[in-house]
Order: sequence, then structure tokens, then C-alpha cells
Amino acid sequence: MTSISMVVNGRSVGGEVEDRTLLVEFIRENLRLTGTHVGCDTSQCGACVVHVDGKAVKACTTLAAQANGCEVTTIEGIAGDELHPMQQAFKDNHGLQCGFCTPGMIMAATDMVNRLGKDLDEKTIRAELEGNICRCTGYHNIVKSIQDGASKM
Amino acid sequence: MYNTNYHRASSVEDAVSKMGSSDDAKFVSGGQTLIPTMKQRLAAPSDLIDLRHVDSMKGITVDGNQITIGAGVTHAEVHSSKELGAACPSIAALAGHIGDPHVRNMGTIGGSIANNDPAADYPAAMIALNATIITNKREIAADGFFTGMFETALGEDEIITAVSFITPVKAAYSKFPNPASRYAMAGVFVAQTGEGVRVGVTGAGADGVHRHTEMEAALTANWTPEAIANCNVDANELLSDLHGDNNYRANLVKVMAKRAVEMAG
Ligand SMILES: Cc1cc2nc3c(=O)[nH]c(=O)nc-3n(C[C@H](O)[C@H](O)[C@H](O)COP(=O)(O)OP(=O)(O)OC[C@H]3O[C@@H](n4cnc5c(N)ncnc54)[C@H](O)[C@@H]3O)c2cc1C
Ligand code: FES
Ligand code: FES
Repeated sequence: MTSISMVVNGRSVGGEVEDRTLLVEFIRENLRLTGTHVGCDTSQCGACVVHVDGKAVKACTTLAAQANGCEVTTIEGIAGDELHPMQQAFKDNHGLQCGFCTPGMIMAATDMVNRLGKDLDEKTIRAELEGNICRCTGYHNIVKSIQDGASKM
Repeated sequence: MYNTNYHRASSVEDAVSKMGSSDDAKFVSGGQTLIPTMKQRLAAPSDLIDLRHVDSMKGITVDGNQITIGAGVTHAEVHSSKELGAACPSIAALAGHIGDPHVRNMGTIGGSIANNDPAADYPAAMIALNATIITNKREIAADGFFTGMFETALGEDEIITAVSFITPVKAAYSKFPNPASRYAMAGVFVAQTGEGVRVGVTGAGADGVHRHTEMEAALTANWTPEAIANCNVDANELLSDLHGDNNYRANLVKVMAKRAVEMAG
């Protein structure tokens, strides 16, 4: 067992976990923040994307112990009183159907804006979505949502 | 995943001493290969020694024509480095096509080279750039470092601390990515170096990454995509798997080599 502490969505949290605990397990099962999803568990789908020290990572491919001492942001942590512009854009542009991939899409999208700026063209967005899989939408409206949300961030 | 004991190393010496005092430990850098492997129970190290917080393994330096990349530098950092973008854009571009943005934020050059996956991208660049792999014990020329699929010259408690190479005159990398994983089905890195033309081939070889000396000779005589056309790529030495057979890969190697020469200009 290892004792870990980190700041998740601005709140200091901690706990005793088995060393093999994945970050996504810690977030979902210990912290009960179930917005971060597990789609594949084989590092392909991106449903589990969270930000660790400001960078998007796959929480199913990171140990909780690796994130010890870090700042973590999950989908629950991005809205203020109103939805985050990227969340609003997914709502406005019909960027989701079942919604399973959406938290990871939105965390990937805000990371994209952090790295590449607000002015994103379609080709860039599609290439940048390499690590996020959606089984419903066919990506069209996800791309539109990200372009819209980015411009409003 | 079987249970393990996690340790965070503060320095290379600390990592070596932690390795010495455990049973069957493994180093972990980005974890983007090792953690999936542990989840599948294909690896079950008793201990994990995390190298991500070792400061001396970070950073990129360009000193005249000598480029050094710390083993702990992530793919994202190589891709976005302004110094590398100016001194060796081919390696920055290569890093930007590894996996996806989230994998690139964690995965490191040291981890990729130590792992020597036959479909990984960096090994092709290392042999084509005639790079030196620097460990806590010695310096190893890339030609002697990659010894076969998932095999390297590294000892049990040996840590890659950096890689270093001379800025190539011209270089480029072209890969045909597997559409699902983005790993190379075939990837070719061509470089005009101080020691002549070198061609590194990944993704395709039955023994992993290798040089293609016939293409090197052809490109030395005539640095054009057309020079590749008459080269023979021996399908008997290439991989066949569910993604493509060896004849298909032999053709891909030539096509990737032509594209790389074209890109290098
Ligand atoms: C979805 C996905 C797609 C990917 N696509 C690609 C791709 O297109 N091309 C590609 O090349 N790779 C790809 N990868 C692999 C990725 O590049 C990994 O980051 C890389 O192979 C391993 O680096 P790491 O830092 O994550 O190493 P780890 O997983 O931490 O370690 C890998 C191995 O290297 C050893 N090791 C780590 N660091 C050192 C060191 N400094 N010294 C000695 N030994 C060390 C470890 O003990 C372990 O055995 C992909 C991975 C994923 C999950
Ligand atoms: S659950 Fe992490 S990538 Fe699919
Ligand atoms: S909306 Fe259903 S998986 Fe994307």
C-alpha cells in the first residue's frame, strides 16, 4: 500500500491505495468522480482522459502513485456556475449521442486549445482526436463542437 | 494487474540503488508501454522504479551541431521543441506522429528506445542518425544497441540517461501507420550524416529495426526518390502478421523510403 495525496479539481485529497491502483480507479472508486469513464482499458479510446499538471493523459494508463503530488483536473472540475464553453459547445452542436466518450473528448479538446490556441481548423482537430474514439456520432459534430468551443474559450 | 511496489527515484544513483535492493524490479518512465503490458499480465515486476522525476534525464540541448535529448523527455516535448524544430525537424516531426496526444504527453524517448518494439518509431531515427545511446554505465552506438525484437544491449540495472547525435545535413522520416494503433507498419528514416547516408527501417523487419545498406549505397550515388526504385527489399527478412504480409511490407518499405527522400529534399 502507498499513501498518496493530490489536488483534484482544486480540492486536496488523499488515501491509502494499492500500488497497482490506476489513476482512473482512484478517481472513480475512491473519489467517486464517475465522470471519467473507462471505455477500453487498453489505452486506445480516450474515455478516461484527465489533465495531470495541465496535460491530457489517459488515466487508465497512469498509476495513481505516479500522480502523487500532482494537480489533476477531471470533467467535474471545469465548469464554474455555468458550463465550460467546451461543454456548452458540445450541447449546442449536438456533439454527443450516448455521451460515453464525451468527458474524454472535452478534456482532450481543452488540452488541444491549451497547446494550439483557440483557432483550430478541421484537419487539426481530426488529427488531434487520434486518441479518442466515439462509437455513436461519426465525429462530425464533435469536430464542429470543438471548433466552436475553442473559439469561445 | 498483479500487485507491485512503487518507488519514485530522485536521481539516477537512487534508481540504481532501488533496483539493487529489490527482487524483480523494472524501471518505469511514461508507462505507456509497461502499464498496458502489466495490465495484460504479460509483465509482473515486483517493484516499479519511477524515473520521471529524475531531473538529470530531462531537457534538450543543441550545442553547435551536437544534439542531446534527455531520456526522460516526452514525445510531446520533442515534437514541440523550438530548438529541435530548427536543428533537426525530422525528429520533431517523427515524435508528433507517435500514438496520440495523450500518449505523447507521458511516453519518453528513453522508454521507447529501451523497449525496442519492432514497430516503434524512434529506433529507426537512432540508427539512421548514427546516434549514441548514453547510459549510466557507458555510451553505445545505435548500431550495436538494438539487438533484436524487444532486445537491446542494456543490462538489468542499466538506465538510458540521454541520446545524442550530430545534426544531419538532410533527414526525414516517413511511416505508414497501422490505422488502429498508429505504430509503424513500415517506417523509414533517411539521413545524410557526416558518416554518409544512412537508412533506418522499422515496423517491417523480422528481427526488428535495421539498416538498408543497398538503399544507402543507391542514395549515396544519387539522392533522389528514383534511386530507390531499383533497390531490392528482401521480403524473406520481413514480418508477416495479421496487419500485412511480408511482400506487402517489402513494397511499403520502398514507398516509405521514396517519400522520406522526397520530404528531406
Ligand atoms: C495507444 C498507444 C499508441 C502508441 N503508438 C506508438 C507509435 O505510433 N509509435 C511508437 O513508437 N510508439 C507508440 N506507442 C508506445 C509509446 O511511444 C511509449 O511511450 C514508448 O514505447 C515507451 O516509453 P515510456 O516512457 O512510456 O516507457 P515505459 O512504458 O515506462 O517503459 C518501457 C520499457 O522501457 C524500460 N525503460 C523505460 N525508461 C527507461 C530508461 N530510461 N532506461 C532503461 N530502461 C527504461 C522500462 O523498464 C520498460 O521495460 C504507443 C503507445 C500507446 C499506449
Ligand atoms: S479507458 Fe483509457 S484509453 Fe480507453
Ligand atoms: S457519443 Fe456515444 S461514444 Fe461518443
